[in-house]
Amino acid sequence: MKVYADNAATTRCGESALKAMLPFFREDFGNPSSLHAYGQSAATALQKARESVARSLGALPQEIYFTGSGSEADNQAIRSAAFNGAKKGKKHLITCAIEHHAVLHTLNQLAREGFEVTVLPVDEYGIVTPEQVAEAIREDTALVTIMTANNEVGTIEPISEIARVCKDKRVTFHTDAVQAIGHIPMDVKTLGADMLSLSGHKFHGPKGVGVLWARRGVPLQSLINGGAQERMRRAGTENIPGIVGLAVALEEAVAELNEVAPRLSALRDKLIRGLEPIELSRLNGHPTKRLPGNVNFCFEGIEGESLLLLLDQKGVCASSGSACTSGSLDPSHVLLALGLPHAIAHGSLRLSFSRETTEADVEHILSVVPPIVEYLRNISPVWEEITKAQA
Amino acid sequence: MAMGYSDAVMDHFINPRNVGKMDNADGVGEVGNARCGDIMKIYLRVEEGVITDVKFNTFGCASAIATSSMATELIKGKPIADALKLTNQAVVDALDGLPSVKIHCSVLAEEAIKAAVKDYYDRHGVEYDAELFAGLGEEHEEAPEE
Repeated sequence: MKVYADNAATTRCGESALKAMLPFFREDFGNPSSLHAYGQSAATALQKARESVARSLGALPQEIYFTGSGSEADNQAIRSAAFNGAKKGKKHLITCAIEHHAVLHTLNQLAREGFEVTVLPVDEYGIVTPEQVAEAIREDTALVTIMTANNEVGTIEPISEIARVCKDKRVTFHTDAVQAIGHIPMDVKTLGADMLSLSGHKFHGPKGVGVLWARRGVPLQSLINGGAQERMRRAGTENIPGIVGLAVALEEAVAELNEVAPRLSALRDKLIRGLEPIELSRLNGHPTKRLPGNVNFCFEGIEGESLLLLLDQKGVCASSGSACTSGSLDPSHVLLALGLPHAIAHGSLRLSFSRETTEADVEHILSVVPPIVEYLRNISPVWEEITKAQA
Repeated sequence: MAMGYSDAVMDHFINPRNVGKMDNADGVGEVGNARCGDIMKIYLRVEEGVITDVKFNTFGCASAIATSSMATELIKGKPIADALKLTNQAVVDALDGLPSVKIHCSVLAEEAIKAAVKDYYDRHGVEYDAELFAGLGEEHEEAPEE
């Protein structure tokens, strides 16, 4: 049995999204900037996709900017706010410790360029409070950027409340909603943010396409200079198949949300309840304020990469925040920010669902994880120490 | 091929040889730290200067487990002097290579064996040249304290 439980990394492109994309490779292959029939057909598809995405988000079509990824949208949002702030002498930026690297590394770069960055700590569940944001805002704050939901531990932040604080203090607010859009109800009309990033492949759309939503009147800087695409805010011939696929996938995700989200939440809670009896295990992230499809556990005494590869042998595809899987010596910055010690953070396991996940998948996961954890603990000198200390 | 691991690495990871603990071992060596994500513990049974049995326990990634397994295979049944000559490169070669980011696992395996031999020498009053174990137990990875 094969269980794909790494949907926070990427999802399988949906059939209707793929079907909508295919004509734009060979039949309607035109460049939307061309004046002939092929070009105008592509331009019409682009406009329709823009209107569709706007409807799905509760936005206006002219507020939608297509990008090449969620990361690009994050970069552009942050750089734009920094640039506009600096013009008015505002060079202070605020974020939190568990943001995606697309946000944190952009801010690190801006710090090297002379900006001052405040990184707010989070509590043990990964929550950053509106009060923390209010206290951190200064006269010279140009931007607050806080993610809607965390990609590793699934914690959902109090984004509307944070947006209200920013609005009251007249500070631009951006949210990385890459993990949230299509998974929890979101409407930019009521959200109160100024900018929002999303990525197509997190909700069964294609890879290589994202969206930056910027409320009317919020000025954007172009990261890529060249042609006049995206109202001069993003040069480069538009990825029409990708954009069309993203729009269809988003429409579908939003339409299905009321059915899918409660079903996944129930599966998530079943999985959590099934893993909790493993001794010295813990759920990472918030018990209730979490994405419907996210489960993240730490199992003391074992290391994540070994766990993942043995799970893969049993047909379960998951991910981990261990150093070996993060590609650095340190385990995930998110788990460390939640206050987990290094040794425990190395033993993390993230299982993330999509609309394709079934009860049988969860049962399979529950049948393979405990024996693998037990096996790895039996050969672990760390576990030996832990059990000795307990005795 | 997961993580760029060779078939030999995957084989030694999934079916590790000599895995387990040993009661009343003649020498025990433990290296690494949990903070960095790798700890290896090697147990030796020594009879008349020959390693007649060896066991290991490892906390770490697939390559940490595979290098422990291979290193124990390479010294089992060998005189102690041969075990001390085992290099991390020999472990890497026997596993048909390791991804460059995982080479430190082979270094840890070499050190775990040296630490176990040193423990055997210390416990049994065997005199040795301290140079043999120079550098043992030093951190190879940057691990700034919290």
